[in-house]
Amino acid sequence: MIRIATAAFDSGRELAEFIRLCPASTGGIASFTGLVRGGGTDGITALTLEHYPGMTERRIAEIIETAHARWQLDSSLVIHRVGRMLPGEAIVFVATASAHRAAALAACEFLIDWLKTKAPFWKLEETSAGERWVEPRAADDEAAARWA
Amino acid sequence: MRLRYFAWLRTRIGTSAEELPLPAGVATVAGVLDWLAGRGAGYAAALDRRDVVRVAVNQEFAPLDHPVSDADEVALFPPVTGG
Repeated sequence: MIRIATAAFDSGRELAEFIRLCPASTGGIASFTGLVRGGGTDGITALTLEHYPGMTERRIAEIIETAHARWQLDSSLVIHRVGRMLPGEAIVFVATASAHRAAALAACEFLIDWLKTKAPFWKLEETSAGERWVEPRAADDEAAARWA
Repeated sequence: MRLRYFAWLRTRIGTSAEELPLPAGVATVAGVLDWLAGRGAGYAAALDRRDVVRVAVNQEFAPLDHPVSDADEVALFPPVTGG
């Protein structure tokens, strides 16, 4: 399942619903929630996520297909926020369900690593000094490359 | 051809989408980038870091030698930074 969210969502509620809908064969569920990071030296006051409607959903669907081909998953869910959001709000939520924990944990990590580097989203940070487009991080590319 | 621009390519070019007739002789992604770079200061500024510009043809990532036609949707954007 894929959802592009244009408003704030509650990842706790999403996880509870995901668990409720799992088949009887599921023995383990993993999830990841990414938040807009505030505080620190970045001084981020808001974040705007831009995407490419149509292509973004297709790319996420392909990434999910890859995960399901690689691991024995009962189900999976990706929610990605777009638009303007504030520190503390959820940007992305990934959940995976499998008979055993290893597949659920690995697939969850794979999904977030590939989402960050292979799906068309772009982050614009607002700080007290103005706006700036976020540059890709080498560490994200390295994390994604581990799964090749 | 339908052209779409995202993130800082959109802000430098000054529009998110436009329809332009594909000039005769432009047949690849590289040719589209060369043609657009000559359309004005905003385009030139958007395309001055050509090595980081990514391209999708009909919503699929496409390399520089990928063919293009007037019926295509061609999107230009920087490396992705989601998640």
